[in-house]
Amino acid sequence: MRSAPIPLVEMRNISLAFGGVHAVDRVSIDLYEGEVMALVGHNGAGKSTLIKILSGAFKPDAGEISIRGEPATIDNPREARQYGIETIYQTLALADNLDTVANLFLGRELRTNWRTLDDITMEAEARKVMSRLNPHFQRLKDPVKVLSGGERQSVAIARAILFDARILIMDEPTAALGPQETAQVGALVRQLKSDGIGIFLISHDIHDVFDLADRICVMKNGRVVGTARIEHVTKDEVLGMIILGKCPPAALPGNFADYGAARPREFI
Amino acid sequence: MNQASTPARHARSGHLSPLIHLLKATELDARLVGTVAALLLIWIVLHVLSGGLFLTPRNLWNLAVQSSPIAIMATGMVLVIVTRNIDLSIGSMLGFIGMIMGVVQVDLLPKLLGYEHPAIWLLALATGLVLGIVLGATQGFAIAYLGIPSFIVTLGGLLIWRGAAWWVTSGQTVAPLDNRFRLLGGGPEGSIGAAWSWMVGIVACAAIVLLLAHRRAGRKKLNFALRPMVAEILLGGVACALVLAAVAIVNAYPWPIGSVRRYAEANHITLPEGGVFIAHGIAIPVLIAIGVGVAMTFLATRTRYGRYVYAIGGNPEATQLAGVDTHWVIMKTFILMGFLAAIAGALSIARLNAATNSEGTLAELLVIAASVIGGTSIAGGVGTVAGAMLGAVLMQSLQSGMVLLGVDTPLQSIAVGAVLVVAVWLDTVYRRRWAR
Repeated sequence: MRSAPIPLVEMRNISLAFGGVHAVDRVSIDLYEGEVMALVGHNGAGKSTLIKILSGAFKPDAGEISIRGEPATIDNPREARQYGIETIYQTLALADNLDTVANLFLGRELRTNWRTLDDITMEAEARKVMSRLNPHFQRLKDPVKVLSGGERQSVAIARAILFDARILIMDEPTAALGPQETAQVGALVRQLKSDGIGIFLISHDIHDVFDLADRICVMKNGRVVGTARIEHVTKDEVLGMIILGKCPPAALPGNFADYGAARPREFI
Repeated sequence: MNQASTPARHARSGHLSPLIHLLKATELDARLVGTVAALLLIWIVLHVLSGGLFLTPRNLWNLAVQSSPIAIMATGMVLVIVTRNIDLSIGSMLGFIGMIMGVVQVDLLPKLLGYEHPAIWLLALATGLVLGIVLGATQGFAIAYLGIPSFIVTLGGLLIWRGAAWWVTSGQTVAPLDNRFRLLGGGPEGSIGAAWSWMVGIVACAAIVLLLAHRRAGRKKLNFALRPMVAEILLGGVACALVLAAVAIVNAYPWPIGSVRRYAEANHITLPEGGVFIAHGIAIPVLIAIGVGVAMTFLATRTRYGRYVYAIGGNPEATQLAGVDTHWVIMKTFILMGFLAAIAGALSIARLNAATNSEGTLAELLVIAASVIGGTSIAGGVGTVAGAMLGAVLMQSLQSGMVLLGVDTPLQSIAVGAVLVVAVWLDTVYRRRWAR
């Protein structure tokens, strides 16, 4: 089905415990170019922890990460960014008191030859990227706390794509949005996909998942229940996986790394 | 695309008077304008109550000199509070560093280099500045990397450095200080005189105009929205007028007759009948405070470090996730605070011509009050260097105004405490109502 079977991201046998709690317990997940991989499960299933390991916020106790087949070490968010991994967090991770321009460039400010902030160039770049995402967006110089939920989401997404992300992690991107803004984000996700960007989509909203995702990975109590192509499973089956941890026949149960080379191709 | 919002804005502000409209067009911070208004009100009230003694060149000159150490430390305290921290130790730090600078220039260096050697003042000052950096770094490390709350670390510092200040000489006062060092504290000799003051004023005006023009040109090049020309001219004109007025005031304060006589004797000039008018001009400590203010404003608004300070105040987690080394930024902020406390310490002991172990007692509270009154939000993320410096002048105005009026010391404390609480209350109201 796919010409190049090397995944953009592969996380294998990742474990991380906080105190005695196994937040993530031998989990494997992969992602290909131009693909949306949905990561679903209850609160506390370990989705956010897994994704924070990829984005460099947490260090795993065990397991390997490879990017385009190459082993990768990601010790902090800066290193994740060097691999082209950008994260849009559930809490948006914006500094509310700063304006849109400052938030877009946070941690990667452009500077003049005098090593001072190049506010004017940053504002011009911000204007460009924001008008591409959201033509109605005006308030570049207002603190982001006065923006609407959709506008804030645009800022968060713009920040990720501003620096040519190849791997995008979206944590509940539509949780705080109205229907129209949700549709906007959906359109954006498809646009990013067609640019060949791989996206991890973490969501509670099963409709969003079936609307946008190519594959789905369900987690429960820190482990993978199963992985499936979205067209092979029904919403009820997915709900069964989330709630009961019951894996339907169309999904590959558990940690795919346990299958080794014998991993069935139809689940990729 | 920009025009879409302008009609709406016009509609909203249509009922406002032209004056307010113009004020809005200058894009000045509302809080800063509020602080200036409060300061003017206090000045006028004190002037009337003191029977015309407050708004005189002499009093304003002294007010500026007295405000300098507080203003210098307030510029750093703004950044500390913006990062959601506090520093309670700076008063004690000032005292300890002051003692060390005193001992270095009075006891240590004269033995090595000889009495009144021209390098003494510089070496003493450098020792103090390095010590300030070391003390600040120690506290900053404990806060940023060991994760001890800044309130606790600096509360400990308040006791430790004050104890250390006593310990340096077992409580003995160190005096008199090196003659060159004393210039840092002001006085007739420690001022730059009328001609140089005008020079500074003119350079400042030129800088203001150039800055405004540069900003406008940059925005114009990229077709960004510009301030109306009227607002630009108003802003530049008022700023330059204020600068020149301040210079005129400090130049209207003559040397006391004693200093004039001593100067005449030292230079073998015979004084004419009725003496001569020698203007003080800008005092050196005030010049230092202004320099610090400009440098700190630059740091806070034009550098990555400053941007990160504000980002940490807004959302520490987000800042860290954006790849910023937040621990190091916080440690740097405390290092800066220690450095500024050392500068303030040098000015304070130089003005007194003595280093005492009680120097700077309660200064931390004045500095925190100055920052908050100047618009720094105690919740973090918001505050300006200029506002804090204005706040320092406001606090000092209250204090020296009450001295002029003969208010008892305990009553002074009550008034200062009440002002602080009211200022924070006003800040809360402001944020609830206008900050949306």
